[in-house]
Amino acid sequence: MNDENILEFKNINKSFFHVPVLKNIQFELKKGHIVGMIGENGAGKTTLMNILGGVIFPDSGDMVLHGNLYKPNNPSDAIHNGIGFIHQELNLFTNLSIAENLFIDDFPRYKWLPLINRKAINEKTREYMGMVDLDYAPNTLVEKLSPGERQLVEIAKALSSNAEIIIFDEPTTSLTNRETQRLFNIISRLKESGKSLIYISHILSDVLQLADDIVILRDGEIVGKGKKEEFNVNKMISLMVGREITELYPYRKAEPTNIPVLEVKNLSQSGIVHNISFTLHKGEILGLFGLMGSGRSELAKIIFGLDSFEKGEVYIQGVPIEKYSPRVCIQKGVAFVTENRREEGLLMSSTIAENIGLVSLPSFARSIMRVLDNGALKPELQNIVKLLQIKSGDIYKVPAKSLSGGNQQKTVIGKWLLANPSILIVDEPTRGIDVGAKYEIFNILNNLAVQGTAILFISSEIEELMGLCDRILVMGYGEVCGLFERKDFNKEAILKTAFRENGNGS
Amino acid sequence: MEARKNNYWVLLILKNTPLLLFILVFVGFGIFTPKFFSNETLTNIIRQSSYIGIVAVGMTFVLLTGGIDLSVGAIMYLSSVMFGTLLVNNYPLWVAILGGVVAGILFGIVNAFCVTKLQIIPFMVTLGTVTAGRGVGLYFTKSYPLHIPDFSKIGGIFLFGVIPMQVVIFAFIVLLAYIILSMTPFGRQVYAVGNDIEAAKKAGLNTDKILASVYIISGFCAAVGGMVLLSQVGSVQAGYGQGEEFNAIAASVLGGASLFGGIGTVFPGTVIGVSLIQMINAGLVYLQMDLYIQPMVKAAVIFIAIFIDAIRSDVLKRLERRNIRVEKTHEKAHAG
Repeated sequence: MNDENILEFKNINKSFFHVPVLKNIQFELKKGHIVGMIGENGAGKTTLMNILGGVIFPDSGDMVLHGNLYKPNNPSDAIHNGIGFIHQELNLFTNLSIAENLFIDDFPRYKWLPLINRKAINEKTREYMGMVDLDYAPNTLVEKLSPGERQLVEIAKALSSNAEIIIFDEPTTSLTNRETQRLFNIISRLKESGKSLIYISHILSDVLQLADDIVILRDGEIVGKGKKEEFNVNKMISLMVGREITELYPYRKAEPTNIPVLEVKNLSQSGIVHNISFTLHKGEILGLFGLMGSGRSELAKIIFGLDSFEKGEVYIQGVPIEKYSPRVCIQKGVAFVTENRREEGLLMSSTIAENIGLVSLPSFARSIMRVLDNGALKPELQNIVKLLQIKSGDIYKVPAKSLSGGNQQKTVIGKWLLANPSILIVDEPTRGIDVGAKYEIFNILNNLAVQGTAILFISSEIEELMGLCDRILVMGYGEVCGLFERKDFNKEAILKTAFRENGNGS
Repeated sequence: MEARKNNYWVLLILKNTPLLLFILVFVGFGIFTPKFFSNETLTNIIRQSSYIGIVAVGMTFVLLTGGIDLSVGAIMYLSSVMFGTLLVNNYPLWVAILGGVVAGILFGIVNAFCVTKLQIIPFMVTLGTVTAGRGVGLYFTKSYPLHIPDFSKIGGIFLFGVIPMQVVIFAFIVLLAYIILSMTPFGRQVYAVGNDIEAAKKAGLNTDKILASVYIISGFCAAVGGMVLLSQVGSVQAGYGQGEEFNAIAASVLGGASLFGGIGTVFPGTVIGVSLIQMINAGLVYLQMDLYIQPMVKAAVIFIAIFIDAIRSDVLKRLERRNIRVEKTHEKAHAG
């Protein structure tokens, strides 16, 4: 055994309801190294990390930490053994200050009083915040911070509990490019200072950039591991998916029509968007590109009636919308897959069937008593599940929260498909889901467009927009700053347009 | 620029709604009945609000975790019965007080057990223990009213000759609660649990212990509040403390506590809330409003106050959302 190994997994096995989810997992993390872990959604990464964190327990196998057997009974065992987690969804208390978040489980107290020693925690907090380049007063409430800054607080929190091993689980999904770069700098610095890291991500180029060693999981098994020099993106994808993926995007078969279904004219809301005009046609996939903070998601919310606007008009099928609300929009055939499926898109503890049926329930209500016609609903639900290939157990029993990210996203889309929309707005539909599931979602969108649905596809990944869209609208600073036809797609030109701060000069 | 300045004032007003409501109601009653502004009236309001204030302090702890305690009225009754029975049987005062407090804490432990160990939702647990608690009290008293001896009445006792005794007790409990909530690890953890209980578990907090503690604190506060009320009114009968849960919850919520947990303060929040309710009570009396109409009016005023509070948080959220662009129209208007 190499005495450099700080953490070893030895033959870890785990089953849920007799379905094996981890099979003979065996790898090691060396001190001062970064292991990049990749795998499709549902490959077992999260389960393995939950075992490491003491949230669940392995059926068999051991973990060895610093050469000693490590058997955590609960999350606080993991913390006390110097293992820190930076989760995809942050575990911060937004109503408390940065300092309080750092010390919530172990406040320093005065010797002679059971009161929190504010001076001590503020000092220590400043120290840890300095390590992650966060420049705020320690008593700043976390709710005032941006997602990227909150993540830095999480890292500071891990450092404050003397973590020697830090696990990053999809840390960049809600970060801007600049914040991501800042995070990577901090990760490199942590590594230099001797911390050992496990970095989990779907963004393979990031993993290649950061990691020393790479571990690839598929269906609960390690299908590849080794030094990063032995891998490239294509090899990683084929190992992850288990088949060669030659096409990342489906072929756009149909040409869009010229029939406008959604027309936005001179839409303005002060401080958010300014003078937005565009037209979406039947059967068209219109991409909406913009950097984080460009106003693209805010525009989608306004169009769907979730937020108000001061000036401008919206026409659906040529008819102006008078009383604006999500309800009216749904009745007019608009569907909106939000960027945040966990908080805005799904009832996490309800079953898949309940989630898919949610929007369409009124159309299955029969007679004057509005009784739900379950007999008619059931085959429709099963059609959706089959069409979208949602992989789960009994859709009437399995709650949405137990699905993998990709299947959750399909459930959200399924909910809207059942309502048979003529306009579908999708905001970052592929965030945090793996290559295979991405392809399936692109396919679904493409097929919908072929059948005549008009799709507004919002994304911050230019490649996927270029792969799937007929036209791309570029937003920046709350304004439309460019529109590209498919024949003119050019990554560099689109990015340049997005970065240009203000179209009309000032 | 102007828009931002306006926002500043709107924000300031919205963030201090409880206090502003308080002043509004105060001035409102004062205009209709000038007598309302007298020293005597104010002393009365504070004195009258003490017992319910004590109960509301405990309620605030529970609301902060996102729970609710509907059984406080029954706890007030049961611990007052205990307190009264011990006094009537010639036990010394301190034994009687201890007995009342222990009854309240035991009641809180039952609630805590059901919420944390049996995993029943707080609403159902405390809805059930209301009936159980009243049942126990009725069994002991056979529904005869209990009259406590005069020496144990604190209605007329003043600290330094000016501050009524019940106000002293209320102030002490508020001070204690304030220190616990804002300065101790436990207090901050209560806020953490109310914000996100799953995250609290992952952070290694013993959430069961924290949840259990708030129900026990609520039981303790309700017991003290019940005994303070008893020593004011002198007797306890079957309907004692009924409906007080509404006053306590309303006081906390009026003071800014969120029913979803994580938001609220004992001071100034709950103190303002409870004074507001008592002021409405007193004001209606001063207005010489028909006794049979008073409860309706009181409910309507409280309802409106809570409604304003609900709109407030919505508007606050909208005002505080991040702006993507700085509008230049204002500057242009100035330039041109």
